[in-house]
Amino acid sequence: MNWIALRMLTGDKAKFLGIVLGLTFAAMLIAQQGSIFCGLMLRTCAQIEDITGADLWVMDPNVSFVDDVKPMIEANLYRVRGVEGVEWAVPLYKGQGRAKLTTWHWAEPRPKSPTSPRTKVQQEIIEQVVMLGLDDETLVGLPRKLWVGDFRDLWRPDAIIVDRVGLRKLFPGQGGESSTDPEFLKSFLGRELEMNDRRAVIVGICEASRTFQTFPVVYTTYSRAKLFIPQERKPMTFVLAKTKPNESPEEVAQKIEQATGLKAKTSKQFVWMTINYYLKFTGIPINFGITVVLGFLVGTAIAGQTFYNFTLENLKQFGALKAMGLSNMRIVGMILLQAAVTGLLGFGLGVGAAAWFGRATQGGELAFYTPWQLLPITGAAIVLICILASILCVRRVVVLEPAIVFRG
Amino acid sequence: MLDSSTAEREMVAGVLAEPGLEGEVAIRLRDVNKTFGTGEQTVLALRGVDWDIYRGQLTMLVGPSGCGKTTLLSVVAGILDCDRGGVVEVFGSDVARMRGGAKTRFRMDNIGFVFQQYNLLPALTAMENASVPLIIAGVPRPRALERAREVLTSLGMGNRLGSLPSQLSGGQQQRVAIARALVHEPRLIVCDEPTAALDHESGQAVMRLMRDAAVKSDRSVLVVSHDSRVFHFADRMARMDDGRIVQVRSQVGSAQEPEAGDVWEAAARA
Ligand SMILES: Nc1ncnc2c1ncn2[C@@H]1O[C@H](COP(=O)(O)OP(=O)(O)O)[C@@H](O)[C@H]1O
Ligand SMILES: [Mg+2]
Repeated sequence: MNWIALRMLTGDKAKFLGIVLGLTFAAMLIAQQGSIFCGLMLRTCAQIEDITGADLWVMDPNVSFVDDVKPMIEANLYRVRGVEGVEWAVPLYKGQGRAKLTTWHWAEPRPKSPTSPRTKVQQEIIEQVVMLGLDDETLVGLPRKLWVGDFRDLWRPDAIIVDRVGLRKLFPGQGGESSTDPEFLKSFLGRELEMNDRRAVIVGICEASRTFQTFPVVYTTYSRAKLFIPQERKPMTFVLAKTKPNESPEEVAQKIEQATGLKAKTSKQFVWMTINYYLKFTGIPINFGITVVLGFLVGTAIAGQTFYNFTLENLKQFGALKAMGLSNMRIVGMILLQAAVTGLLGFGLGVGAAAWFGRATQGGELAFYTPWQLLPITGAAIVLICILASILCVRRVVVLEPAIVFRG
Repeated sequence: MLDSSTAEREMVAGVLAEPGLEGEVAIRLRDVNKTFGTGEQTVLALRGVDWDIYRGQLTMLVGPSGCGKTTLLSVVAGILDCDRGGVVEVFGSDVARMRGGAKTRFRMDNIGFVFQQYNLLPALTAMENASVPLIIAGVPRPRALERAREVLTSLGMGNRLGSLPSQLSGGQQQRVAIARALVHEPRLIVCDEPTAALDHESGQAVMRLMRDAAVKSDRSVLVVSHDSRVFHFADRMARMDDGRIVQVRSQVGSAQEPEAGDVWEAAARA
């Protein structure tokens, strides 16, 4: 009977397409919106993942996410170093600065006339930047990838490294953010910015994960970072620590918390702490949740409706099959098979479309990340839609009197 | 032991049966009642039907519209339950006492259906449609299709095996439906108004086919019709009125169309 069920299903091309497209739509919306949501959540903690080399983050006890900057006094660095199980600890400055850029461009004369000369106009741009000050000696926390330049150049006077995508804001219209050509990126080396009335020279272009606020990221040394930011009494934002080889980072984190009264987290814990903050205190999950639920409902409506209509239209055929001795169990089997096939097709096409969308927007503005867990979740949603749709159909067919086949 | 009312019923059935020409009883109906609805809307569609149908014959059930023909046919075919107390014995099994699964299996093994509206599956070809009862019975697909091909060929449809129902005329579709009713060699074939949707020529051809291919010594064919032009195909006719069998008559089935003014035509017009 299985082939008959499938032939019935594909016999009416329009209905078949309607069911599959409804499910595709639902699967795509769930997978795609889920991926954008996960991508955004990852962006909120991108800076934690970008800083490598340390196991533990130590911070003010009131910090609740990575951009929640609550500076500490520098003495805390020595207290952390004193905790048992800590191999080393270094300071990290993280804060927001303002970079001033001076550029020139030629202004058209006014009134327009070919004889009057064009004038050179000075233009100032002020941009918010995320400033990361790395330990002067060890440079712990360096970004993973440097397109051009050398990390050691950070030890030269006034040196900073900026991230490639940030070039868009620092040097708008010059195309640096969309290039990965080292020769072209080299042209940005040696350019100057001004921060807190101090000169800063770009010595390298690095790759940093995009941040939630999309500010450019500026790396420099810890002591220089203090100069680039207006004077504060407590300059240190984080202490990065490494645990001894045979110690578990979680235990050492607890020891640090007990000994110093500060908050200590492993990178992973800090990531989840940050994500949880955004989940709890922003409307982001609700917004995405609504979209996902809408996708689910619209998918259920389209696919379920079409599937139900399809069954209703075939009611007489099902009646004839029942009269001819096909049991209810086997008819239910036929309906479930039809639902399963359309569900599988819809899932495949939907997830495929979402993946294609993700690929097409890769490297662009859109945050898009598909953890593997999203696939079973999408699958479960589709299965649920199929079950809902088939329950209605199964009910109709099971209570169907085969005697209807003799009625007009 | 027969109580008095049962004995009376046997007598009525015997009188109606007009003895002499008949063979073995295939279907025995005793005190078959069917009530639709409840309260104000109650309809007594069958009112104590007593009737014997014989093997090896094409039996035609005629009567005015709404008199209960379709209802009786459905009860005999086991797709409709009659009211409690009746006997519906089909080839020795009491269909009225069978429950869900057993009844379904009984239909699968013993009954072939021909419908007025053909009820073919639109997505399947003629050959596939004709194979459906075998597929339901669990016969492997290649063998089922082979057998369907044989039957269709014997019904003169050998050149339309791969056609979809939508590509066939009404008469051709009804032939596919007959092939489907015959393919698994059931002992009872039931047809409700098989020629009502067909023109005169196709109707005659379909009924001729029924006579030639369906009627066998160990099989019974029961046809409901009020198309007087096909009455002469019957071996035996029963007239129904108001939920009862009111008259039964045997005739020698012939392919000749009857003279105008035949008593049964009058019956059908009544
Ligand atoms: N499912 C049903 N519900 C209620 N009444 C029905 C139903 N089926 C048939 N009837 C009634 O039973 C009577 C007999 O119907 P039917 O057997 O279809 O007659 P026929 O086939 O001789 O035209 C009619 O009065 C009809 O209205
Ligand atoms: Mg009828």
